[in-house]
Amino acid sequence: MKPRSRRDTWRLLVLIAPSLFWLLIFFLVPLVMVLVISFGQRGTYGGIVWDFTLSNYARFFDPLYLRIFGRTAGIALATTVICLVGGYPMAYFIATRPPRWRNTLLLLLMIPFWTNFLIRTYAWLLILRDQGLVNMVWTGAVHNLFLHLATAYPAATLFSSLAGLTSVPLELFGTNGAIIVGLVYAWLPDMVLPCYAAIERLDFSLVEAAQDLYANRVKSFLRVVLPLTMPGLVAGSVLVFIPALGAYVTPDLLGGAKSIMIGNVIYSQFMSARDYPFGSAISFVLMAIMLIATLIYFRLGSD
Amino acid sequence: MKRERQLKGRRGRWLRHILTAHGLVSYIFLYFPIVVLVVFSFNASRYASAWRGFTLEWYVSLLQDAAIGAALKNSLIVAGGSTVISTVFGTMVALAMERYDFSGKLAFDSLLYLPIIIPDIVMAVMLLIFFVLAHAQLGLVTIIISHVAFNISFVAVVVRARLAYFDLSLEEAAQDLYANEWQTFARVTLPLIMPGILGGALLAFTLSIDDFVITFFTSGPGSSTLPLRIYSMVKLGVTPEINALSSFMLIVSMLLVLLSFVLRKGGEGEIEIV
Amino acid sequence: MSEHAVELVRVDKHFGTVVAVDTVSLSIRNGEFYSLLGPSGCGKTTTLRLIAGFEMPTAGQVYIDGELQGETPPYRRPVNTVFQNYALFPHMSVFQNVAFGLEMRHVSKEVIQHSVFEVLEMVQLPGMERRRPGQLSGGQQQRVALARALVNHPKVLLLDEPLGALDLKLRKAMQLELKALQERVGITFIYVTHDQEEALTMSDRIAVMNKGQVLQIGTPEEIYERPASRFVADFIGETNFLEGKVAAVRNGEVAVEIGDALLVYAPLERDAVVGDTVVIAVRPEKISLSTTPEDPRALPGVVREVVYVGTDTRYLAELAGQVTVMVREQNLAEETARRLSAGTAVYVCWQPQSARLLRG
Repeated sequence: MKPRSRRDTWRLLVLIAPSLFWLLIFFLVPLVMVLVISFGQRGTYGGIVWDFTLSNYARFFDPLYLRIFGRTAGIALATTVICLVGGYPMAYFIATRPPRWRNTLLLLLMIPFWTNFLIRTYAWLLILRDQGLVNMVWTGAVHNLFLHLATAYPAATLFSSLAGLTSVPLELFGTNGAIIVGLVYAWLPDMVLPCYAAIERLDFSLVEAAQDLYANRVKSFLRVVLPLTMPGLVAGSVLVFIPALGAYVTPDLLGGAKSIMIGNVIYSQFMSARDYPFGSAISFVLMAIMLIATLIYFRLGSD
Repeated sequence: MKRERQLKGRRGRWLRHILTAHGLVSYIFLYFPIVVLVVFSFNASRYASAWRGFTLEWYVSLLQDAAIGAALKNSLIVAGGSTVISTVFGTMVALAMERYDFSGKLAFDSLLYLPIIIPDIVMAVMLLIFFVLAHAQLGLVTIIISHVAFNISFVAVVVRARLAYFDLSLEEAAQDLYANEWQTFARVTLPLIMPGILGGALLAFTLSIDDFVITFFTSGPGSSTLPLRIYSMVKLGVTPEINALSSFMLIVSMLLVLLSFVLRKGGEGEIEIV
Repeated sequence: MSEHAVELVRVDKHFGTVVAVDTVSLSIRNGEFYSLLGPSGCGKTTTLRLIAGFEMPTAGQVYIDGELQGETPPYRRPVNTVFQNYALFPHMSVFQNVAFGLEMRHVSKEVIQHSVFEVLEMVQLPGMERRRPGQLSGGQQQRVALARALVNHPKVLLLDEPLGALDLKLRKAMQLELKALQERVGITFIYVTHDQEEALTMSDRIAVMNKGQVLQIGTPEEIYERPASRFVADFIGETNFLEGKVAAVRNGEVAVEIGDALLVYAPLERDAVVGDTVVIAVRPEKISLSTTPEDPRALPGVVREVVYVGTDTRYLAELAGQVTVMVREQNLAEETARRLSAGTAVYVCWQPQSARLLRG
């Protein structure tokens, strides 16, 4: 309703004033600062020279950064696709359980989601690093098995070569793959929840109607279920893609020197290179991509 | 005559099995790293990556670590402070947004949603620049300010979801029964939206105590929180103490989540997705 | 072509421990308008879903056009369904909805185009092809659902309470329209409803169901005039039930003693011997009230309540201070309405063949 009286207007002002103040000063002003600084230049000793130049944006076309942006986009895309392929059937599974099971399964899905991100990423470090759990099994039990087989059947050279292969740890840690595993782990629930919401809302008598009208399982899925749950799928993809694009902790902990992402570049511009203008420019572009993705999502969602 | 939606017939059976198997594997994927972490935290071995028996040694050494104690204290101050401020402000703004129309509402609404969708590294950078240019002393105060800046939005979303289902005739009934506006709010509105407010507060507390990136950029000397402490320990190398500390934090957050579900279930009986 | 469009032979359907359909056998003839009538939860919708193929029977056989269906999935059965909530695809236009079944069967584009326009004409929805279901009224959605099923020329059309969501006036109009449509296209209709009036109006035959079982199968007249059980008599129309013991059996007639020394008579339509506990059912409109004892079998009573309901007047008459019967008298002229007032002493009587003898 519109504020009807002067008292109503006052009440409205009192209710929004604190948040408005906070968001203006500590969100909008910093946001504008980032934009302004992104057109400035780095001073000799790391300060900011106020200026108007596009040189920070031009630096994106440096092959070094282009490669990093390309890799970041690739990793974020791979993460999104894997979450999609894994998360949609998972959402379908949860949505087709009896109601009492559904709530428990949702709760089980959300518990890891609400626990500390850093710690969840660290857990994968324990699993994937050179002395981690996977390699503990690989160079331990698996290696011993092949050693044993090689001594038992000296004629089969396959076993001795396999024993040789398993004597060195697998290179998992520090790869793009490790980052993708970490990101999928972190953001899978973000894909499952909107997909679940869409599938749960789906009127299953529509599927029966399609089958009644001679559509087999595959066709009724493609023509009815998929289009009707598309909003959830798009929402999930945006929710996974955006944070994956801006990831910092995951590549920092699980990635190596060869798998730097945009987040790491931003970090180093502020924390080590002290090049605030360039760091601001990258941040601003990252945010612009995020905004565009969100707008696409809302446009699709409103249809 | 609603029945379970299932794939019918013999031919659907193998599909159903695949779906179930996939669900099972997905849940194992979600819990496997957590289990590994907790198991390792009880491993007696410090260096070797093998099981050397059960011990509580690492938890004991946690208790004796002064730096961790300080970090825990900082974490609680930051989470407590930012939760109180953002819950009050967020609830107020939720009431305003659900109950009133005003010019510029759409713009304000967008501003309110931005902190939720912006990548946290970008928000961290923005706030760092702001505090540096404002010549602010980085420390607990700047961390709390930053946390409130994103938590207001989360609290507002949760409380608004609750308010959206609010039956306005209840307020009219209260006023019909001689309650003035303030009494109506205190005796009818507030108690009814309390589960939403508590849910929002719990969410804010969880987000605040778990936050690493924004805290990292806006903290100064002596204001290290638990996630920051863990990060710097991890950077120096994997140790059993980190496993113990991480496991401890995991258990605490899981209990918090369970609590929040119990609270919300008391409110509406259905799990709602934020 | 088989004589029967659909045959169910001793079909059971269990959901866990719940028996939804209990040894149901039905033979539905070609071209028949056949209704499954019963209260909610009686198993009528499950029976329909067993024919459609959305459920598979726990035991028994389902034949469509003489062919055993077994585990045949719904998309391979020559039947189409009009769903209770219509189940129109919200993301497709009216045209796309109606064309869906033909498209799935790889019918050529020209034929689809032609058939869809033709069927939309038939259900009186021309010019609506490009609308979305959400832009249509309830009645229009109902017609689209009907068109979407009919366009496939099914052997049998299954209708699951298709008029349930419409308001009363529209429902009455659609009942007549559906019946006329069915006669025109000549397709067998199996119609599920809980509305006894609807079933009586539209059907050639009705199967009354309760608790998963079929209680009686017959034409509307048979079901109404000669209900086979107390449940059927009670579910269809209004009935007075008079409980008592058989006092005498002679000349194809049974005399039943109701309470203390009140004798009522009914044709002996089933075995009964003196002393049996039985129920006599009499429809309110078959009973007449008079102030003088014109019939030797008339029972003395007192009018207790008079309710004027427009087309007729309802009286509650108390017989010998023991049982109360409801009487309906048509208001043929204005002055006949409320001709008796409460407290009037009356004689209550009915034709012996109007009473039904039922098991107690």
